[in-house]
Amino acid sequence: MNTQLISIVTKRQLHSYFATPIAYVFILMFLVLAGVFTFYLGHFYERSQADLSAFFNFHPWLYLFFMPAIAMGLWAPERQMGTIELLMTLPIGHVNAVVGKFLAAWLFAGIALLLTFPIWMTVAYLGDPDNGVILAGYIGSWLMAGSFLAIGSCMSVCSKNQIVAFIFTVVVCFVFMVSGVPMVLDAFGWAPQSVIDFVAGLSMLSRFEAIARGVLDIRDVIYFVAMMVFWLYITFIMLKKNQAK
Amino acid sequence: MIKVENLTKTFENFTAVNDLSFEVAPGEVLGFLGPNGAGKSTTMKMITGFIEPTAGKVTVCGESVQDYPQAAQSIMGYLPEGAPAYGEMTVANFLSFIADVRGLKGSEKTERIETVVAQVELETVLNKPIETLSKGFARRVGLAQAIMHNPKILILDEPTDGLDPNQKHQVRELIKGLAKDKIVIISTHILEEVSAVCSRALIIRQGQKVLDGKPDELERQSRYHNAICLQLEQDHEDAQSQLESIEQVASVEGLGDRTFMLFPTDGGMWLPEVVRWLDEKAWVVENIHLEKGRLDDVFRQVTADESTQ
Repeated sequence: MNTQLISIVTKRQLHSYFATPIAYVFILMFLVLAGVFTFYLGHFYERSQADLSAFFNFHPWLYLFFMPAIAMGLWAPERQMGTIELLMTLPIGHVNAVVGKFLAAWLFAGIALLLTFPIWMTVAYLGDPDNGVILAGYIGSWLMAGSFLAIGSCMSVCSKNQIVAFIFTVVVCFVFMVSGVPMVLDAFGWAPQSVIDFVAGLSMLSRFEAIARGVLDIRDVIYFVAMMVFWLYITFIMLKKNQAK
Repeated sequence: MIKVENLTKTFENFTAVNDLSFEVAPGEVLGFLGPNGAGKSTTMKMITGFIEPTAGKVTVCGESVQDYPQAAQSIMGYLPEGAPAYGEMTVANFLSFIADVRGLKGSEKTERIETVVAQVELETVLNKPIETLSKGFARRVGLAQAIMHNPKILILDEPTDGLDPNQKHQVRELIKGLAKDKIVIISTHILEEVSAVCSRALIIRQGQKVLDGKPDELERQSRYHNAICLQLEQDHEDAQSQLESIEQVASVEGLGDRTFMLFPTDGGMWLPEVVRWLDEKAWVVENIHLEKGRLDDVFRQVTADESTQ
């Protein structure tokens, strides 16, 4: 890993996100939907509580569609347009390229997330929230976004078609989100308890539930970081295998 | 120095490059020729580390491309086929990105970008997105990124493909100017390009080397080498059979419009003999010249499939 090369790749990728108005439209949509979810579906006012759980609770569902949309453009268009041949014959290296591109997507998600600050301002204006809890929520949410994006990065490197990459990312993310709900675990009724525990342990939804309440457990942090490392590693392998196809 | 040893690339059902070996020394401009699908691009992709060979190895200036791709890639400049570039970026931003990757900083970076922009004449389009450029400009942007770090080795995959004659000329002049003490490999299927810029030509067919030599050496292998092309001012009866009766003439081809192609029995100077004979006959010649040989003829000879012959 070379931080300088990574930052060059990240900068270029961010540049291409913001080169078109799509990025701004995307962020706007994200903010509007986050607001709608929080204030209407989450009954933010009716709950009369000075916290943001009404806001964070919907993040997994928002991310299920927004993160794949950010990640689909990481690799698929490079393969489609042939620029991958340019990128991978520059002295950058696969690891730096994979990490650099992922960081760009993660930073982009971070920017979108930071721009939700008016919601925090609302709760701070109306009440006296525990800012530590809110900060933990933001960090946890950003980590979850990273996991979704790492999955998306992997799907994007496997396809030349952005739409295909998007759909596969949604499917895989959905599987990881819901693997803890009883419906899924019941399907594993035949398996030994250790398998069921493992499957339940993969669930993002149950982990994020705790985070949304403000409990940022180190095990959950490790889980999300491990998810990112794992999927980026698969991205790296698939890039080496697929880049010339 | 580029060293390609027993390079082989097999895809699922066919062999694109088959046990190819060659070396290129500094100062050489190697024209890499072959029909479409002969394995030119595949070989270049292996030299630049984009695809892994099935067998064999490539060494550039002592660095193994397979073992230390980044070290090898930093010595090379590469223009992939079709000159891919990030369409949404402006030319200036794109070149700045390339300069960053190449490790250029500060005033050195500014200087190099300015030099390269002047070399390929991109001044007028610097702030335009690459996707809005004409094909000629886009190709020049590709060249600019390839020469950004003044590389010792330049690999260009069809650099003049799709350009108009003026642009082709310009790109060739640029390559000639760059070539001093560098290694340049150019793939092409345009044969005039080889005579125009290359000091050496390597022809491959079905992934295997079939000819390797200086362009004029290759031309000599053509059956047109040393042939005489002449045009008579007026028709003569039995002109063709009379010409065939000249001692050194092996055969004569009528090309129409009182033009004939005379093939010699052996090498050596024979133009004076033919001129003397024409004088004796008092035939007036409008046009006569000695053929150097035709590269396209040699190319066809060595690359045509049995099926197309």
